[in-house]
Amino acid sequence: MSGVGRVLVFVYGVLALAATGRSVFQIIDRFHEAPVAFTLSALAAVVYIVATVALIAPGRVWYRVAWVTISFELVGVLVIGSLSLFAPAALGLHDIDPFGRDATVWSVYGMGYLFIPLALPILGLLWLRGHRPVDAGDDGNRDAPTTSGAAS
Amino acid sequence: MIEWFTTVQVVVACAAGILCLVLGLAGRVPGDLSMGAVALVELLLLAQLVVAIVAPAVGNQPSGSLAEFYIYLISALILPLAGGFWALIERNRWSTVILGGVCLAIAVMVYRMGQIWFVQGA
Repeated sequence: MSGVGRVLVFVYGVLALAATGRSVFQIIDRFHEAPVAFTLSALAAVVYIVATVALIAPGRVWYRVAWVTISFELVGVLVIGSLSLFAPAALGLHDIDPFGRDATVWSVYGMGYLFIPLALPILGLLWLRGHRPVDAGDDGNRDAPTTSGAAS
Repeated sequence: MIEWFTTVQVVVACAAGILCLVLGLAGRVPGDLSMGAVALVELLLLAQLVVAIVAPAVGNQPSGSLAEFYIYLISALILPLAGGFWALIERNRWSTVILGGVCLAIAVMVYRMGQIWFVQGA
């Protein structure tokens, strides 16, 4: 992986850290207040961590994992974002404040995180589409001077 | 937390972030300027850590959750170290862009820390 891909990995890493930190604290401190939202929050954190690893790790399997996790994030931010906005009660939320104490990384389409959770999966999927692994073990960089089946 | 110091910290982190982004997008590899800016941001965070430890003892209590505050502060302290190591290993323009991302993320986190200390629960 090269260039802009590294920045993508970095942003995923920061978001994984942000989502993990917040959800761990919410679950320890006040899980009973909004169990559904906080469980989803923790799930989102785990998916961000797996997506970060999948973007770094080489090979076809990880490429597929990256597709699945990043698609899951896109669906998550759209579904949970919509629910938090139009039916907060379904998630056990008390208000729709994206900066409030029940807020999660996906609330109001990630507004509390400058909408990065909404933009990132789209950028991630576009990046993945342009960087298919050429061969097993390849790092997915199509600019790499490898030809299929070539062995040194 | 001290309000004016927090403001200074957010402004410095934003400035350092924009500086690194511009340098990186202009094609510069991490150098004294970009690494120095990140080091300054880290130094201010260490000062903030000292302030956060001392403040409650002298009557400056956070209005919000101290545990949540420390999760942000400790995460923020780790970021420049991670970004800095990355910049030392990967010597290309994108590492400079990443240093910029680190500083901007810290600006947001310090702002959030200020909200926890001064606004949350008040």
